[in-house]
This record gives sequence, structure tokens and C-alpha cells, in this order.
Amino acid sequence: MNFANLLKVAITAIMSNKSRTLLSTLGIIIGVAAVITMMAIGQGSKDSIRKELSKMGTNLINIRPGGDMRGGVRLDPSAMQTLKMADVEAIQNEAKLITHISPEVTASGQVIYGAKNTNTTVYGESTEYLSIKLWEIKDGDCFTEEDIKKSSKVCVVGTTIVEELFGDKNYDAVGKTIRFKSIPFRIVGILKSKGYNSWGMDQDNVMIAPYTTVMKRIAAQTFFSNINVSAVKEELSDDAIEELTTILRRTHKIKEGGDDDFTIRSQQEMMETMSSTMTTLQTVLVVAAAFSLLVAGIGIMNIMLVSVTERTKEIGLRMSVGARGIDISRQFLLESIMISLSGGVIGVGLGYLLSGLAQMIGFPATVPLWSVLVSFGVCALIGLLFGYIPAHKAATMDPIEALRYE
Amino acid sequence: MAEERKIVIELQNVRREFHVGSEVVKALRGVSFKIYEGEFVTIMGTSGSGKSTLLNQLGCLDTPTSGEYILDGVPVKKMRRRERAVLRNRKIGFIFQNYNLLAKTTAVENVELPLMYNSAYSAKQRREAAIEALKAVGLGDRLEHKSNQMSGGQMQRVAIARALVNNPAVILADEATGNLDTRTSFEILVLFQELHRQGRTIIFVTHNPEIAQYSSRNIVLRDGKIREDVENHNILSAADALAALPKQED
Repeated sequence: MNFANLLKVAITAIMSNKSRTLLSTLGIIIGVAAVITMMAIGQGSKDSIRKELSKMGTNLINIRPGGDMRGGVRLDPSAMQTLKMADVEAIQNEAKLITHISPEVTASGQVIYGAKNTNTTVYGESTEYLSIKLWEIKDGDCFTEEDIKKSSKVCVVGTTIVEELFGDKNYDAVGKTIRFKSIPFRIVGILKSKGYNSWGMDQDNVMIAPYTTVMKRIAAQTFFSNINVSAVKEELSDDAIEELTTILRRTHKIKEGGDDDFTIRSQQEMMETMSSTMTTLQTVLVVAAAFSLLVAGIGIMNIMLVSVTERTKEIGLRMSVGARGIDISRQFLLESIMISLSGGVIGVGLGYLLSGLAQMIGFPATVPLWSVLVSFGVCALIGLLFGYIPAHKAATMDPIEALRYE
Repeated sequence: MAEERKIVIELQNVRREFHVGSEVVKALRGVSFKIYEGEFVTIMGTSGSGKSTLLNQLGCLDTPTSGEYILDGVPVKKMRRRERAVLRNRKIGFIFQNYNLLAKTTAVENVELPLMYNSAYSAKQRREAAIEALKAVGLGDRLEHKSNQMSGGQMQRVAIARALVNNPAVILADEATGNLDTRTSFEILVLFQELHRQGRTIIFVTHNPEIAQYSSRNIVLRDGKIREDVENHNILSAADALAALPKQED
């Protein structure tokens, strides 16, 4: 029998048992819808993380002190005091693939204005920090090179701090003096709001001051906790990292073959790290959903076995008028594939619907096209695999017995 | 005279044994006969006479344990399952006692069924052949009726059309009137006689001795052997018998 005829026979068979077919595809529908929704949420989260990170600047490169071995003990990287002013100067003078550089010293604590207070983190940075992190100034200005030289007690604050201390986030606080750990800071600029990032951190609860001020007056240290630089271009990030590594190995006097005592990561790598966590989570969920598809496949096999038994007489008739075993097995295989695929189609539709709902209640969700294609492929495969046993049973029937079956 | 006629079916000492547990049941114990083109043969016998087994042999649904069966010049015994399926498709038209039509399927689609398994026919040719066969059995006005919308007699006519559609070498009818009332049975017999007149080869398996009067030859089977094989020189007309039936009152 040719394919068009087989298709017609399969459709007739399916349509003559609509409700049973629908029930037997329920497993497939739910399984596929679950896979599609999981994929959509996973993909959506990845996309939103990527967007978030790119808001911080896609050509950002971060240098941190690396863990070092001291007498056989590996030390905590944050306790390392290896990033010094000399490193910053060397990079400024020598690196060709770097546009901006800002050493960073941070301290957390309470800021006070009048009777109001809040907790925040003060970032000691250079004037180039705002360009690196793509911050924009709403009111006033950034502090100057002069302020850095003099370790001036000036700062730029985020809108959350303005709101907490002055009661209104649109309040023009430029010129006011706030206190951080009892040290007075004059506000010279207010940052444009960035909102929350995708892992729930308020990016506007921030206070930026000259790094010299934070080093000397607050943290009382001579080293940096990390250095942010931006590469000339995003594509040149890897080359920039290489350049920075060469410079830092020299300034740190690391011998050939020795381990780096610092870590340099580009924004690209950070994105990949975040995505890989999401991918793991997504994989676990998809595997769970895949098991439900396996169960659904067994359901289809069951219904096909019933169908074969029910239609024993029809099989006998078809054989008596000249159907070969292969004609019969193709007929039932196509039927099970079509049942499974139609479940897949409904499941994909439901998956789109659920993804839409997820988006409405705040989950980022985008259905990746490949997950739809894979779903259809998997459904066809399930129909083929689980349809095989019933089809084989039908094809190997004895026509005499089948015709006599009541 | 007999030598000029074409042999459609030839059985040479056909035996068929079944193993039931440790016992061997000999259903056919050496059956030999020839059926010529254009014959209308009834095969009769009581149940257990080997009638069904013989029918399965003639229909290529089964193969003999020993002996040979030659259908339209093709020896069947050594054929594989797949080859016999194709042979059935081209050379045999089956008619069953309970019609065996596909449910929820129109008359035309039912008749098309054998041609579905013959790739030489296009969809158009298939439909044309089916319509022609249905016209031949007097159902030209019932083409799109579904099997559940027809009477027993109509369903059997559809089945006969299905048996004719592939233009087979032989039509095998198994108790084809068994499920029908007297009047309808005669109507179907009229149709068979009409087909016989057109030169079709028909084998009609039945346990009803009356039917033998309307065929050209009668073979009686008992205990797996042929007990009687006689030509009928005085064929009754089923049409006359039908006309002679008392009129239905309702």
C-alpha cells in the first residue's frame, strides 16, 4: 500500500476513536508541554541574565587576586594582597587593548543623613568606573582626578540611597553631606537608576567614591580587592586578557611555569558560567519530563495493542485480499506515529500557552524553536518505538485465525 | 472437449495435517481434482469434513502438508507468506458468510480495498474499477453508502463487488448466503448465476444441499476425502425460484 493510502487508513482509524485517541495522547501532551515550558523558562532566564550582564558592559574584564600557596596552604583569594597601585600603573602605561581601568576597594556599612540611615556598600573607584560599568549620571557630576589625588571625601550615590536618606528618589541631593562610618561625604552626583538585576540585587543601592579615599580613610589598606578594565572591543577581550596576564606576571615577578596569583575573567566567561548553571538545572528538568514521555509511550503501546486485538477481523480481511505482513505493520506503525505526533502538536501548543502564562506571572520565558522541532522528532520516535510491538503482532497474525476471530 | 478448457485449479493428492497437542488431525487425506475456467462448483460437506481446510488451501491462506496445489498455473506449496499474499491479491476474490466489510466505510472504499494493495492501480483507476464492480452487482445507486447503512443483502453484494474488482481467476465464496433470509439468498444466487453466465469461475463452499442444484458441478467432501464429484446437467434457474417464492406480506 502506498503512503497516501496508508495515511488515509490511519486517519480514518484515529478519527473513528476520537476520545480514546485523545485520552491515550494525554501523556504525550503533558510530557511535551512540560518539556517546552521548561525549555522556554530556561532559555528565557539565560537570555535575561545575558541581557543583565551586557548592561554592565560586554567588554568588561575583571582582575581578581588568585589563591596562592603559602607553605603548602592554599589561601583565600580575597585575603590576598597582591593587586597594588604598581599593577594599575603598569597596565595604564603598557596595555594597548584597554580603554578604561578602575581599581576597586569596597566596604560595607551604614550611611546616615540626619535622622535617617541605611546600609550600603561603598565602592572605591577611579573616574573611569562609570564608563566601564555603563553607569550614567542623572544629577551633578562624577568626582574628578583631582579628588582622587587628594583623597577627597566626595561620592556619587544611587537612587535607592537618595530615597532612603532623603525620602524621595527624585530629590536633588547634590551638595548634601552624608556620613559613612562617621566620615562625611559630600554628594557630587546621582546615578541614573538601573533597577534590580536578575539575581535580585538592587543595583541602585550603591555609593561610589574615589578609591584613594576608601583605601585610606575607610578600609585602611594598600591593596585592591579587584581591578575592572574594559577592552577596546568585545571581540578583543581574549587578546586583552592575554596582554594583561603578561603585564601582571611581570609586575608580580612570576617565574616561567609558575602559577598566576591572579584571575582574569571577561564578561563573556561570566555569562557562560551563569548559563552553565541554568543549563544544568534545565537538563535535570528536561530529563524528568523525558521520563514522563517514556510513560506516555507505554500508554500508546497499550492502546495500540487494544486496537490491534479489536481489529483482528479487519486484519484478517486485509490479509485475505492481499495485504502483506509489511502492509499491515506499516498501517499500525503509521497510526501510532500519528497518535503520538498529534499529541506532540497539542503538547507544543499547550507548552506555548504555559510559557505565555509563565511570562505573565513574571518568569522570563521564550520558547526556543529547536525545542519544538526536537519535541516533534521525539514524538515520532516514541510512536515508532512503542508502535513496533503492536504492529509486529498485527503483521504476524495468521489470516485464517484472524478471519475466524469473534 | 474437456481438454480444450483451461484449468484454473488443480489439486494433486493434497493432504493437510494439524498437530493438536500430541495428536495428529488429518483434515485432508489426499484430495485431487481439477476445476476448469467458467465452472460454478459447489463444495459440500458436513462440519468436520475438511471443507474449511480445503477452502483455506484453495484461497492460498494455507499450504498443504503434502501434495501440490496449482492455481492458474502457479504452484502454491513452496510459496512464502508474502508471495501468497500477492497471489491472493491478483487471482482470488473472497466472499465470506458475514460479509467482512470495513466498518464506517463507504461501499466504494470497501470495494477499492484489494486494489489498495496493488500498486499498478492509481487512485482514479481504483475508484473507477470499484464503481464498475458495484454497478455489476446492482449497487450503482449505493456507492457512498456506509456499511452500517445497508441491509445484509446489500452488504453481501458489496462483498461480491469487492471479490470481482481485481478480476480474479477464481471467486471463493464461503457460505455466502448463510446469513441471509430465503429471498435475499436467492437474489444473491441469481447474481452468482449471472457471474457464471459471464464466464467467471466460482467455488461456493456450503453445507446447504439446495444450492448444488444451481451450480454446474458438485463436490462432496467427507472425512477429508472426496466422496462424490458430479457435473450437474440440469441447472435450476435461481431467478425462477425467486419468482416462485410467495410474496412478502409486509
